[in-house]
Amino acid sequence: MNNMRTKAVLQNYLFVLPAVLIFSIFYIYPFYKVFTLSLCQWDGIARFDFAKNFIGLRNFIELFQDKIWWGAMLQAGYITLMALTFQNVLALMLALACDRDIKGGNIYRVIFYLPLVLSEVVVGLVWKWIYDGNYGLLNYWLQNVGLSNLVTDWLSNPKTALTCVAVIHCWKGFGWGFIMLLAGLQTIPRQLYEAAKVDGASSWQMFKSVTLPLMVPVFILVSILTVLGTMQVFVLILSMTNGGPGYHTEVPVTRILASMVDSSRFGYACSQGVMFGAVLLAVSFVQIKLSKYMKQA
Amino acid sequence: MKGLYKKFCLFFMLSLFTVFLSVFLVSCGPNAQNKKQVKSIKVWHWMSDRENAFLELAKRYEIETGVRVNFELYAPSDAYTQKVRAAAQTNTLPDIFGILGEKRDFASFVKSDYVYDLTEDMDGENGAWKNKLFAKALAVNEFEQANSFGVKPGIYGVPIDVTNIQMLYNKDLLQAVGSDSSNPPKTWKDLIEINRKLKAKGVQGLVSGWGEIWMIDCFASNYAFNIMGKDKVLDTIRGEVSYNDPDWIKVFDLFREMRDEGLLASGIVTMVNKTAEQLFANNRAAFAFNGSWCVNVYKGMNPDLNYGVMLPPQASDRYPMTIWGGAGSSFMVNKQSKNIQEAVKFLKWITETDQQVYLSKETQDLPSNKYSLKDIPMVLSQFASAMDNTTHPNVWGASEFPTVIETFDKGIQSIIIGEKTPEQLAREVQQVKEREMAKKQ
Amino acid sequence: MKEGTKYKIERFFKDFMIHIFLIIISITCLFPLLWMAGSSLKTQKTIFSDMSIFPKNPMWGNFYLAWTKGGFGMYFLNSLFYTVTVVSGIVIISSLAAFAFSRLKFPGKNVIFYMFLGAMMIPLPGSFVPLYVLMTRLHMINTRIGYILCMINVGLSFSIYLLKTFFDKMPVELEDAARIDGCSRLGIWWNMALPLARPAIAVIVIFNSLNVWNEYILATLIFSSKNLMPLQRGLMIFQGIHITEYSLLMAGMTITTLPIILVYLIMQRHIIKGITAGVIVG
Repeated sequence: MNNMRTKAVLQNYLFVLPAVLIFSIFYIYPFYKVFTLSLCQWDGIARFDFAKNFIGLRNFIELFQDKIWWGAMLQAGYITLMALTFQNVLALMLALACDRDIKGGNIYRVIFYLPLVLSEVVVGLVWKWIYDGNYGLLNYWLQNVGLSNLVTDWLSNPKTALTCVAVIHCWKGFGWGFIMLLAGLQTIPRQLYEAAKVDGASSWQMFKSVTLPLMVPVFILVSILTVLGTMQVFVLILSMTNGGPGYHTEVPVTRILASMVDSSRFGYACSQGVMFGAVLLAVSFVQIKLSKYMKQA
Repeated sequence: MKGLYKKFCLFFMLSLFTVFLSVFLVSCGPNAQNKKQVKSIKVWHWMSDRENAFLELAKRYEIETGVRVNFELYAPSDAYTQKVRAAAQTNTLPDIFGILGEKRDFASFVKSDYVYDLTEDMDGENGAWKNKLFAKALAVNEFEQANSFGVKPGIYGVPIDVTNIQMLYNKDLLQAVGSDSSNPPKTWKDLIEINRKLKAKGVQGLVSGWGEIWMIDCFASNYAFNIMGKDKVLDTIRGEVSYNDPDWIKVFDLFREMRDEGLLASGIVTMVNKTAEQLFANNRAAFAFNGSWCVNVYKGMNPDLNYGVMLPPQASDRYPMTIWGGAGSSFMVNKQSKNIQEAVKFLKWITETDQQVYLSKETQDLPSNKYSLKDIPMVLSQFASAMDNTTHPNVWGASEFPTVIETFDKGIQSIIIGEKTPEQLAREVQQVKEREMAKKQ
Repeated sequence: MKEGTKYKIERFFKDFMIHIFLIIISITCLFPLLWMAGSSLKTQKTIFSDMSIFPKNPMWGNFYLAWTKGGFGMYFLNSLFYTVTVVSGIVIISSLAAFAFSRLKFPGKNVIFYMFLGAMMIPLPGSFVPLYVLMTRLHMINTRIGYILCMINVGLSFSIYLLKTFFDKMPVELEDAARIDGCSRLGIWWNMALPLARPAIAVIVIFNSLNVWNEYILATLIFSSKNLMPLQRGLMIFQGIHITEYSLLMAGMTITTLPIILVYLIMQRHIIKGITAGVIVG
């Protein structure tokens, strides 16, 4: 009997074996290397010699005092906050609308996926045209509705640049949330709604008592993925503002690339990577704890 | 019954999948066709848009010599940079490759024995090879006696094209404000004056890709050379002159003045150069600050564009105006390669007059071979004639710290958007400089 | 009767408002796509001067030119192969693992799961060089299998997490019933877990295929032979350091975008109601 149980447990391991194998080769080894390199001073070119390049925690000490790095972190945090609120609320509203038996629902579903498919090159070209200071659509509209005092050079004005980039990010990414929320909504059985309707519940009551509680796990999933995805944004930034004007739209990944490629400070870039990972892990941990608390409540 | 059918389907799909997989994995494996005893050399470069021209040259070379040249092109350049550095770590660099980065990075490659010293090949036969090439383009790949990087003096790369960065002016727009279109502004004062006229007509002044900070660096460096001369600039880099020096503040103040005069196109601080080119090509700005590659870009976007090339207008008459220029891109030979001689032979061949004429015609870049300058468009030859006025950070013998460069360039962006004064920026740059120098000791 | 009419009018009005909202958002989504398609029919000269969405003299030849100049034929097959293998690899491996994490018991289960979760949260922007060194040592550099395994790893953590969330919602009763019927664990996974998680799998397929289809940087790192490169390599020919051939680039992008929209069209049907109806009630 005991023997059989051991065998069963061993068989259970077989289920996770392929995943663990791939994971440990392609993730854990690079992770270990990056961690080691973060303790070294190395330009990424010369032959690496750990004993010679090891500098202890000096990279991290410098990183803690690096105002530009933490500024970039805050700016990414700002974009994330925008994504968590505007992007996800928009995604939820669209998902709820498409979850109704609405005419043409299928067409909308396809259309909302399109921004995700578009290349950053196209997104950059089109949105730059909208934001342009001289010939931009946005300024043109503002002038036509009599708001000429709002006209500005959207992407090079330090007050508006970050928000403008965040808006594009939210627009490009809402499809993710939309699809996942829709998938979640579709798993809620119709009978529950019908039962509620028979009891005379209003739409809002149905949403509150049927939809919300059942959607909590999906909400958590979407919010964690939003945070992780948005904090790591950079292709869009590179194509829209290149981190400028000044440092106003820098984010952690653009800083890491700057250290690694432009200034050839590979060790420092790795320490930034480790720090970034630690921050993301901490944020996600808080989110998971919060969600567990929410589930119980 | 149904279960059996399902299982059969699954089995069928799986086996189909396996066959598909194995056929693909085996048949198109790496170097499947190179097994034959054909001599071949491998080249890595980042100019993916030149693929067709390179392939054609490789074909011609194989017909002539029987040596196969495999060009492997990688873009975007960030990815290429990382790939080359990673390959260096594993000793898997190809026979010929290009290096992206500053002179310091180049020096690091040389010091780690990744790059073959071409001096002897260049000097052989009374310097036949060396004398064909633009000296300024070679200088970029050269390490001089007693250079600050500690590299053995010599030439470590072969330029395949040259480029320089100047100012362009739109003749039609200048004419429209009554300015002599054959006589563009020579001094800073003229420039400001013309801009006032342009502004009155609602025409934008200068457009350039100053969202890419190296272009700001280039513009500022031109004027630093003009205001304080080469020696003082180099002394600053060596740490002997402070960025708080009045001359440097004068350089920063030019940007403030351009802002106050409304000389700069709107959005210039976040503009990539390709956007700047669009604007200039469509007559939306009177001046552009751009490199010699732009001739081809403007030709594609607006063949009727009526423009000319000029040196940036002088802000001071103490020193001559100096612009950036040199090799557009270069090839290095891998010191660890087994085919060093074959690689050198190929590089000699590709910089010969005929090949350079072909390459220059296909890519519309200036050739690195002095004798290949026939049949090139007028504007391009104007660019070529300015090669004597060029300099490049790579020939200065000393490199500024990357963090200082970044603070400097990003700070100029801040001046342009009105966040900082020239004096503030000078102080800030000097602070970063002192911090970096302290770290080095 | 009256009640019914009132309800109908109310519903009609509500739907009308919803439609307006949806249409406004749709326009913003469609516009860039139309612009891309329209631009692909212009020339380098007219692309930024001709503002009409559909040009008067459409250059249909751009598509042919982009296809041949970019060498799309071979790249297309490659990308197709990578997408199919990576996505099916991810679905099989992650669903097996997620099923185990959700349903089976073995020591160290939580530790391993949190490791995957952590991996999802810690990005490794500096890992390119170590990865290259690793692939060289494993002799997987410049091979299809090396690239495929790397890409599977990229999508694995997220997929495991998503699937586990869905498996956790599945009622235990159904599984017990299956077990009594004599189904093995593998059988339960195949016959019950996978079909029930169809919407989640559809989501995984959609996201991962988009990711693999558009991936380029990792391919640059791992491959040197041109004939192993994915589709995005073809687009790079039009985007030089100095010169971008915009109309050909847009034509190329239009071509590369179509298949991925097709994948979505096929997969999104599986995100439909009713599949799991009645299952969660229990």
